[in-house]
Amino acid sequence: MHHGPAQSSGPDPASDYKSRLGVRMFLIYCVVYAGFVFTNVLTEGRAMQIIVVAGLNLAVVYGMGLIGLALVMALIYNALCTAKEKALATGAVDGEDRA
Amino acid sequence: MNLHGTPLSIIIFGFFVVLVLWLSYHFARRSSSAAGYFAAGGQIHWAVNGISFAGDYLSAASFLGICGMIATLGYDGFLYSIGYLAGWVVALFVVAEPMKRMGKFTFTDALDAKFDSKGIKLAAAISTLVVSICYLIPQMNGAGSLVEPLLGLPHWVGVIIVGAIVITIVATAGMTSTTYVQFLKGGLLLIFSTILVGALLFRGISTEAPSLTGPDGESLRFVPTEMTHDALVEQGLDLVHTEGDFSEYVGNGESTWWINDEGSLWKCQWEGAGLVNGKIDGLLYPVGRIKAIGGMSAEDAAEGTGRLNPVSFLAKLTHPDTKIEQWHKTKVGNAAGDRITVYFPKEVSGTDQMKPGVKFKVKTGWEKLNFVSLMLALFFGTAALPHILIRYYTVPSPACARKSTIVAIAAIGFFYVLTLFMGLGAGITGTVNPADNNMSAPLLALSFGGVLFAIISAIAFATVLGTVAGLIVAASGAVAHDLMDRFGGMNLSEHQKVRAGKFAAFFVGIIAIVLGIVFRGINVSFLVGWAFAVAASANLPAILMLLFWPRTTAAGITASIFVGIVAALGIILTGPAMFAGPYGMTAADAWHPLGQPGIISIPLSFLTLVVVSLMTQKKAA
Repeated sequence: MHHGPAQSSGPDPASDYKSRLGVRMFLIYCVVYAGFVFTNVLTEGRAMQIIVVAGLNLAVVYGMGLIGLALVMALIYNALCTAKEKALATGAVDGEDRA
Repeated sequence: MNLHGTPLSIIIFGFFVVLVLWLSYHFARRSSSAAGYFAAGGQIHWAVNGISFAGDYLSAASFLGICGMIATLGYDGFLYSIGYLAGWVVALFVVAEPMKRMGKFTFTDALDAKFDSKGIKLAAAISTLVVSICYLIPQMNGAGSLVEPLLGLPHWVGVIIVGAIVITIVATAGMTSTTYVQFLKGGLLLIFSTILVGALLFRGISTEAPSLTGPDGESLRFVPTEMTHDALVEQGLDLVHTEGDFSEYVGNGESTWWINDEGSLWKCQWEGAGLVNGKIDGLLYPVGRIKAIGGMSAEDAAEGTGRLNPVSFLAKLTHPDTKIEQWHKTKVGNAAGDRITVYFPKEVSGTDQMKPGVKFKVKTGWEKLNFVSLMLALFFGTAALPHILIRYYTVPSPACARKSTIVAIAAIGFFYVLTLFMGLGAGITGTVNPADNNMSAPLLALSFGGVLFAIISAIAFATVLGTVAGLIVAASGAVAHDLMDRFGGMNLSEHQKVRAGKFAAFFVGIIAIVLGIVFRGINVSFLVGWAFAVAASANLPAILMLLFWPRTTAAGITASIFVGIVAALGIILTGPAMFAGPYGMTAADAWHPLGQPGIISIPLSFLTLVVVSLMTQKKAA
């Protein structure tokens, strides 16, 4: 266990890409989340009681779906960010090698 | 309730507390620097930090509060699970890496990284303190609920025990020990919650589920009897008072309350005027049961479904012919003129149990506004909680901040799925304390035996310890680092800063103890919902606009934080829940019917930031 000063990171060439990607994925999730909220509000809860699959209603399926979607999108986001970081790091190393 | 801890439960509980204190002592010897105390030196592995995030986040609100709310209100409690988890999407996609890049010790550092403004330092530090204290109240409250059945101690003793232990932990070790306590607790909570849900599914559902038993083996389940007025009179009871649907009958040396449901009278439980269920030494009994299972005859339902899988368990409870007895409470006046609390049964169908609408109705305009407001605050609150944000400074890099957030989402998401099963299971197993539903999940564990109950309760207690420790570290950082050192310009040495943080931890702990006692009996998740609303209103507009709007100024950030705090707290303190709860009045006495402030306070904070920033552009330039 280390207890030195809190680490400060250097420049991150992928930060713009990650920021843009993050905002887009955030907006996608926002739309799905808002769909849940407003489906309940606009139908006064009636739509939420409709059985959609295996005896489960929309409220349960949509609610569980929101939790599952968060994890799936998080994994996709991480995969894309990691790939970009590696690509930029490799590019930088290649550039140094060529120099 | 008349539940008392067994020697085994007390031993297991004691073991956990000693383990937590040992961890604190072990790491205390290694964190003498400010970086070590407030940010664990920035060297925690991302996977450990991710589970610690889960430990921090799966607080009393999640384990005790959500399960308790689901047990008494059905699906409405699960809305908190959905909203709390969705909030991590904001944290991951928008906040995690930039916060790590900009900050050093605290959330204030990140906000102030660009401006070096005294106003921001002051506003953000005050915001951290206010949000931490709002979040501390339900944790302490939950701790009090836990020790009542576990150790047989009064609620206020539990609050003081947690306060004392946590002050000791934080004053000795800081963020490193907090991180490892959270890691341990987060992992154990996931494992044993999974075991509890597995046991529940294996047992299946029955209208004759095993009841909890008292110290002498007697059944504790309260099954309300159905009577008529004439039958009660025949038994020698006299109707002495009626208020709304509730009637007080007196006779045979006791006072009983009954709720009128279409001509039938159902016996209630009650407490007030120094009595519980009509006696000075009376007791409240656990409640909650399933009265009919859709698609099964009464005989088959009494025998039970047998083993179920997760989908068939939920499908059985969703069936329109399923009948569930929920328990609610209200305040009424009795014949003697005292205000008492009556706990009454209410039958709902599976259809109503498994959709939103028992607590969070969406029929009127105000109800719709309240619902949207709650979901907004839960969504935007997570990424603005100071004790969550400081955890980004415990890892070495922005990429590690991102990865630890993903581990947190996986762990927390899985746990929130479990809350639906634990809450619903408690609600149909007669394991709900009608006066305090926060203990529903641990009492569900008790229905499977004392060992599981002791382990689950000890983990829940450690949950509270860990979360409170994290909150107090955040609050003490705000005082020592942000207010004294940076805002006050006191230029404290590393040693002085840590010492100031420890003193601050002591005083914040005392405040938390007092408020934890005052707010007894209110669902802890409901209280945490308010902390989220304050955090989302005060902090999130500042964070988002700083990251994405280049014209943001220091004055804009400062103003938006203050407006967010005042608006959110103002709406809460003048709203119906405070009047019906701590103020001892009724919801109708409130200044307005809005229970959740986010729908007004969050946009107002954004608007303030934009307007003030535009007005101060020249100064910024």
